[in-house]
Amino acid sequence: MLDIAIQKTLHTGKRSFQLNVQLQSASQHTVLFGQSGAGKSLTLKAIAGLMTPDSGHIRLGGRLLFSQPGGVNLTPQARQLGYLFQDYALFPHLTVRQNVAFGLVRGWLNPRTSAQHDEVEHWLHSFGLAAMAQQRPGELSGGQRQRVALARALVAKPRALLLDEPFAALDPALRHDMRQALLALLAQVQIPLLLITHDEQDVSLFGQQVFELRDGQAHAANLATFTEATSRHDR
Amino acid sequence: MDTVWGALALSLKVAGLATLLAGLAGVATGFVLARGRFPGRDVLDTLLTLPMVLPPTVLGYYLLVLLGRQGALGGWLQAQWGINLIFSWQGAVIAAAVVAFPLVFKPARAAFEAVDGQQEQAAQVLGISRLAVFFRITLPLAWRGILAGILLAFARALGEFGATLMVAGSIPGKTQTLSIAVYEAVQAGQDDVANLLVAVISAVCITVLLAAGYLAPGRVAQR
Repeated sequence: MLDIAIQKTLHTGKRSFQLNVQLQSASQHTVLFGQSGAGKSLTLKAIAGLMTPDSGHIRLGGRLLFSQPGGVNLTPQARQLGYLFQDYALFPHLTVRQNVAFGLVRGWLNPRTSAQHDEVEHWLHSFGLAAMAQQRPGELSGGQRQRVALARALVAKPRALLLDEPFAALDPALRHDMRQALLALLAQVQIPLLLITHDEQDVSLFGQQVFELRDGQAHAANLATFTEATSRHDR
Repeated sequence: MDTVWGALALSLKVAGLATLLAGLAGVATGFVLARGRFPGRDVLDTLLTLPMVLPPTVLGYYLLVLLGRQGALGGWLQAQWGINLIFSWQGAVIAAAVVAFPLVFKPARAAFEAVDGQQEQAAQVLGISRLAVFFRITLPLAWRGILAGILLAFARALGEFGATLMVAGSIPGKTQTLSIAVYEAVQAGQDDVANLLVAVISAVCITVLLAAGYLAPGRVAQR
């Protein structure tokens, strides 16, 4: 399903950071766990085509997205992935409906506020966003914003879903609800998922295969240890 | 009275076209300098800001040297197309555009730098080409700051005196704009004409400044 071997050296001022991630996952849902600064977001950006590694390859769902020796580097547009940014990166100047329809309309103009697409209306309704379809993201709550971002990604029928700390921006009570909502959604749509998080609870809920990132390197991790840790935390 | 309305019409035409030129050039260079990483970027920024601080007469002199019959560009235009910009209203447009350019370029650069790169990335991942992302995300998000700059540039172009006088002269009905007509009227002792001219240009500039203040970033929370 997912086969990554990438190297990237980043320089900021006098410090440099080495990303050297090698991992293979055969599971539908893969979780990348690690503390902030471990290189999680960087890895996700490389998969989405927003960052070009110095060397290596990225294969996702049987498609070669990047191969430095092979001279392959698909554009982010051609990779057809759904990406949920940590703070959602909604378009503040567009309404909720325009945000969700964004990827369906090509060309130089944004979708019209009145445009009706069956696919857009379907996700607006199933995410309970229909009542606020004409509002702008600035008027929404955190949970609503996340659902808009998810709907926007899903409307484009992505080949895989990349989630960057999807629950970190939510308050704890909402976090629980949104986790359940995402689990229900994943049971409904069969789509490969790669989730990155620093929260052990995310790992035990969403991980079928888990890797831990430390200092830019990936290590296969045992799912059971996370499940035990979170159950001890909770009860 | 005809001179007043003729001068107003000419001023609006010259300032309008100058703002269009300065607007297009200012937005383009503002974007390049906000996003481009190349050596000499700071030097280029300084050079492009120079028209804002140079005395307009010095700027007018540079333009004369460049656009005159003996000038590098002027000589070529004359030989190739038979165009002479000196003492023409088109020359006044060029002079006003150069003076007004930094007033668009500076806020445009700042506005583009303030746009969240993550939103542009999100649009790309959704399959939208880079050029379309510019028109659908980057430009609309930067628009407020750019528009405020464009209005200031228009007000500046309308008030342009020094460089315009050097390049286009003061030919009544041809290159005599409002601000130059004020000077001529005062020199000739036509106080009633001068009063009317001053009142008209003040009213136009106050309107433009009010509009610019209303559109300036920060006045209305955008995010």
